[in-house]
Amino acid sequence: MNIFLILEQTLNGLQFGVMLFLMAAGLTLVFGIMNLVNLAHGSLYMVGAYLATTFAQWTGSFLLALVLALAGSLVVGIVVELVALRTLYERDHLDQVLATFGLILFFNELIAILWGRSALYTTLPTWLSGHVALLPGIRYPVYRALVILVGLVVAGLLWVVVTRTRLGMLIRAGASNRTMVAALGVNVRLLYTVVFGSGAALAGLAGLMAGPIYAVQPGMGEQILIQVFVVIVIGGIGSIRGALVGAVIVGMVDTLGRAFLKPMLSTVLSAPAADTAGPAIASMLIYLLMAAVLAFRPQGLFPVTGAER
Amino acid sequence: MAEALLQVRGLTRRFGGLVATDRLDLDIGQGETHAIIGPNGAGKTTLIAQLAGDLRSDAGAVRFAGEDITRLSAPARSLRGLARSFQITSIFPDFTTLDNVALAVQAHAGHSFRFWRPARREPALREPARAILAQVGLAGRADVRAASLAHGEQRQLEIAMALATGPRLLLLDEPVAGMGLDESQRMIRFLASVKGRLTIVLVEHDMDAVFALADRISVLVYGRIIATGTPEAIRANAEVRQAYLGEDAVA
Amino acid sequence: MTSRARPLVLGLGLVALAAVPPVGGLLNQPFYVDLVRRVMIFAIAALSLDLILGYGGMVSFGHAAYLGIGAYAVGILAHHGIHNGVLQWSLAIAASMAVALVIGAVSIRTSGVYFIMITLAFTQMLYYLGISIEEYGGDDGMRLAVRSQFPGPLDLQNGTVFYYVVLAILLLFLVLAHRLIAARFGMVIRAARSNEARTRAIGFSPYRYKLMAFTLAGAMCGLAGALLVNHTEYLTPEFMHWTRSGEIMFMVILGGMGTLVGPVLGAFAFLLLENLLSGWTAHWQIIFGPLLILVVLYAKRGLFGLLPGGGPRDG
Repeated sequence: MNIFLILEQTLNGLQFGVMLFLMAAGLTLVFGIMNLVNLAHGSLYMVGAYLATTFAQWTGSFLLALVLALAGSLVVGIVVELVALRTLYERDHLDQVLATFGLILFFNELIAILWGRSALYTTLPTWLSGHVALLPGIRYPVYRALVILVGLVVAGLLWVVVTRTRLGMLIRAGASNRTMVAALGVNVRLLYTVVFGSGAALAGLAGLMAGPIYAVQPGMGEQILIQVFVVIVIGGIGSIRGALVGAVIVGMVDTLGRAFLKPMLSTVLSAPAADTAGPAIASMLIYLLMAAVLAFRPQGLFPVTGAER
Repeated sequence: MAEALLQVRGLTRRFGGLVATDRLDLDIGQGETHAIIGPNGAGKTTLIAQLAGDLRSDAGAVRFAGEDITRLSAPARSLRGLARSFQITSIFPDFTTLDNVALAVQAHAGHSFRFWRPARREPALREPARAILAQVGLAGRADVRAASLAHGEQRQLEIAMALATGPRLLLLDEPVAGMGLDESQRMIRFLASVKGRLTIVLVEHDMDAVFALADRISVLVYGRIIATGTPEAIRANAEVRQAYLGEDAVA
Repeated sequence: MTSRARPLVLGLGLVALAAVPPVGGLLNQPFYVDLVRRVMIFAIAALSLDLILGYGGMVSFGHAAYLGIGAYAVGILAHHGIHNGVLQWSLAIAASMAVALVIGAVSIRTSGVYFIMITLAFTQMLYYLGISIEEYGGDDGMRLAVRSQFPGPLDLQNGTVFYYVVLAILLLFLVLAHRLIAARFGMVIRAARSNEARTRAIGFSPYRYKLMAFTLAGAMCGLAGALLVNHTEYLTPEFMHWTRSGEIMFMVILGGMGTLVGPVLGAFAFLLLENLLSGWTAHWQIIFGPLLILVVLYAKRGLFGLLPGGGPRDG
């Protein structure tokens, strides 16, 4: 274990955390404002990844593909909101969970019909496939560095939108008091569509950036979705700040746990025991972390105050 | 006077910058019917929630029957004899009227980790529940789904459930709210009939009910009690007239 | 039981279930005996979920966990050469009870959407745990070489005997659940579902009762898991996959939440439909998903509501 490896894995953790944040931000806002539990949020991530991969093959341009995929997931998100989710806002959580579960089955199967069940892989253009020297002697993949950069920029933009604009004011007000926003004479339906569409675009962004790093396949959305749930539970539902902090914590803990738990355990356990226990504990780490946070702060690290729930 | 049944000292509750209950002191004597009145937003419902244990207090202490109950949960307070009714009717709508009351009896009949014998066939739960329904005048409605009771009947059921817990003190949050004249007269007569046997803390807007029932009245304004006294004294109190009765009673 | 037709319908259903093996044998269609046995195993799982979901109001999206734990308990003992059914099934029940106790203790402190996400997350944790333990097959799972062994005539290798064992357990659980929901314990958890603030105000502490219900449901589903691994004769972490949790939940809704017969009907409808559609197209879920949405939006009463006397439930 050397310092370079630790640094590299820390950056990987940050990169994963950034992707989790892009997912969590949309999901937590949709819940905070519309009181909607949307299990199908992961499907939008998957859609983003597939669209990006496909557009890249069609157009031959990576950047053009990204733009098209982003627009595509925004459109898909808005259509889903208009067609299916609108009727669910006034329903209880059980109905929302089941109906969006139905959406997941639909999307996973649709993707399987259109693209097949086996994983797709994206090839990066040459200018993104190399390494960059962050410090003398420390080289890090350009693409992953770019993902971190994009994620941090988006987080910054979100912060500006939420704290500095009228839309952000409505979003914050909506997250803590829905009826008040309606009373202000805001077009709530439009606000919902805008928020949901933005959430979908963020999920799509995470998905399209995930393409070159992880396998693109049906069901990829749910794998990350459940980790995003952990992020939101840790951060506190409805809180963007909580989503950011939770995402970075979960990203780090998961990545570093997988990388270093086994070698660390082998210093105290026998090699075969460490071989078994290391990966097993590493895969459970974020869930144990969630349980620990809940034991002390049942509302998460950054509870949204004034919310009536 | 012997130690009051309910002693409140320095009770405080803040919501953000708003102080809903402000270092409040209150003594309720054994057997007394004590009304708490005050304008809207005075903090009456907050106070009831703090006394019942549904809302944590930021500071201060509540003693009940000589025991410090400040940190006790709502069920623990109920088991010690502190019963409440809700301002907005809170019943089990899908159960029958009798079930509602029998559940309250059951809560005070030992633990409920009993898995085999049908609760609806336990005389030990059903008989006391029927007796209480008869007492509040709902005997004829025992087997109706509580959801289909009229509003006034649901308010009566609220009181019946509170009584079924065998309380020493009743916290009533606007028991005649939303009732017609007939219904509220009947409710007042009923409360008058239990008055004296039970200690009652009554939060109420309806001045007829307050002056018909209360032995003493406390006036709550902005989370503080500005006056306590007999109905006559409160009627005569200039500060009270100005702060509260001014708009209502003088007219 | 508002209708006299109700006991008749239920009795006929029971006779039909009991008649499946002889009729299947007569028609030389062992496949159907197999299918109905699978249905009944899932009916047990769905019934156990309905206890906490329909009666207790706890939207647990992690019920497949106990199916998996029950299956792994049997599989792991068998892997180490212990085939005694009493031991295997006892461990299945005890282990799923213990896990349900821990998961419940954490998650029942929260409510609403937190509860959903936490139960889902913990189940996913167990799923990944199953994948990461190479000793017990990891991703691929393990085969169960021999079914659980019981003394006397209870030979599960015999498909018909196994069928009647499953039927007997299903009936036993139906009776137990029927008693439980009407007893004092059942009244408390139903009251807490109906109005938790009121339940507390009259002197109940709902937490311990909900936790007990959660634990009992876990134990019941654990036994269903032990049956399932005997039925399929292999096990994989997929038993605990989150979609499995969703499927069990769908069975409950489809059949009629908060009723005892509903989950059984739901398991039947779900698995028969799955069978039918998957025989028709490999992409059956593209129909199944929207169907689920339609049921949620327009048919929340479930199939049970269609039965004679299936009127509005009480409590």
